[in-house]
Amino acid sequence: LLAGCDREERQFRESPPAAQPAGLVRTSTLQPGPYVDSTHLGNVYQENAYAVTEGQRLFGWYNCAGCHANGGGGMGPPLIDEEWIYGSAPEQIYQTIVQGRPNGMPSFGSKIPTPQVWMIVAYVRSLSGLTPAWTRSARQDHMMNTPGSQSLQKPATPKMATSGGAAAEMPTPSPQASKPMAPATTGSAPATASPPGTTKPGGAKP
Amino acid sequence: MKRAAVCAALLLGACRGATYQSVLEPKGPQAAHVHQLWRFALVVAAVVYALTVLALLWAAWRGSRRARDGMPPVEGDRPGMTRAVSLGTGVTVAILLVFLVYDLSVGRTTTGVPIRDPLTIELTGHQWWWEVTYSGPSPRDRFTTANEIHIPVGRPVLFVLNADDVIHSFWVPNLAGKKDLIPGRTTSVWFQADTPGVYRGQCAEFCGYQHAKMALFVVAEPTSQYRQWAEASLAQAAPPSDPAAVRGQQVFMKSSCALCHNIEGTLAGSHAGPDLTHLASRRTLAAGTIRNTRGNLAGWIVDPQRIKPGAHMPPNQLAPDDLEALLTYLQSLR
Repeated sequence: LLAGCDREERQFRESPPAAQPAGLVRTSTLQPGPYVDSTHLGNVYQENAYAVTEGQRLFGWYNCAGCHANGGGGMGPPLIDEEWIYGSAPEQIYQTIVQGRPNGMPSFGSKIPTPQVWMIVAYVRSLSGLTPAWTRSARQDHMMNTPGSQSLQKPATPKMATSGGAAAEMPTPSPQASKPMAPATTGSAPATASPPGTTKPGGAKP
Repeated sequence: MKRAAVCAALLLGACRGATYQSVLEPKGPQAAHVHQLWRFALVVAAVVYALTVLALLWAAWRGSRRARDGMPPVEGDRPGMTRAVSLGTGVTVAILLVFLVYDLSVGRTTTGVPIRDPLTIELTGHQWWWEVTYSGPSPRDRFTTANEIHIPVGRPVLFVLNADDVIHSFWVPNLAGKKDLIPGRTTSVWFQADTPGVYRGQCAEFCGYQHAKMALFVVAEPTSQYRQWAEASLAQAAPPSDPAAVRGQQVFMKSSCALCHNIEGTLAGSHAGPDLTHLASRRTLAAGTIRNTRGNLAGWIVDPQRIKPGAHMPPNQLAPDDLEALLTYLQSLR
């Protein structure tokens, strides 16, 4: 319920954009020495409805729709499906936007300020239901150039509390969405890097 | 008593102070109509108020005199009283009807589109700034600016109003009444300035965090001056000559500026934010929030969220000499 209070929280003066996760993103789980989990920078915007809507606005402003259409794909791959060529974790999408990817995805690194990239990441993840359903805002309507309605049609939160009563009213983040954010225990480390059902196993295929 | 007089004088002074944004100082025919209606309503209301208070005082005085003289209070149910109340109600209804008719007639005169040769300006409301596009008879006469509208004196100006995101309202009190800008629906309003001057306008419909800092300025000037301004605004931005400005342009193109702003004559062609082709010629920044000086511009680029929290301009971290070069370039955009 407290999370519900925070869902509209807005911070206009962001932390200095120096906090970039460059170098922290792993594309392979193989490494020399003992296993150390890659640091998942918790994207504070994942659970914030305002940030998701801002990401939607920026998705239109920066012409993401030019290639990805409204998430359905065009010249670029679709964003509303479950297939991720370069990974679905927030940091992986961040790096995809910042670094660019072969065969068409430009590098927006020097162009889009870091907080805005994170907002776009949150929106892109919301398109395929990777963010909690309650972060999707009622502000998304047909007047906007990038309708978020596709994501609303998708049953993204199948797991509501099963017992009746007051608990069922509480919005529950979907297990898919909460997994990448969960603090990693040693046992579930590979699952954290590529949550089942969100990333193809062996995610970083060319 | 003396203090009350000083207060009244101060209040009146405050009313007269803001002449660049005041309904009480009409500078055009539209605003004059509205002002007349306002004055009529004020006079009538003042007279009615005075009569009501006098009647009340008289009744109180008469009642207390009767009590002092030992006479019984006036009995309720007299035909005279019924007549007085009916008369009062009738007069009130009549006055309200007169107001209604006058109000409708003012509405008719002010909303009718002017017949003779208006200047047409497309005004689009954004959170939280105004996009101003001058459209002429031919497409090459079109140019776009922001937050500052220059108009020739004595010529009607027709505004075609639209909104990009939410409902805004266009209001320049010295020149006309309010008109809403509605997303997906085109509305229009016209006014004419008879006296040269700078008039402040303000968004008059709550539109989000920075509604209060969504102002614009209407600069009414003689036709020759307006022509000069329009010609200068139609021109593309001159390519920078001085090396600092050249570097500034490179900074503009390679940082996030170019993703939202447009500068005619360069590769920056996005219309998400205000057009900057002639930024240095404008009086204010951030929709009338701060004066357009070098220092303010630097502050606005580096940390806009301190000046206007919630504005869609993101903070920009630039190396000091990059920022200086960028400022030099932006200030060369006359």
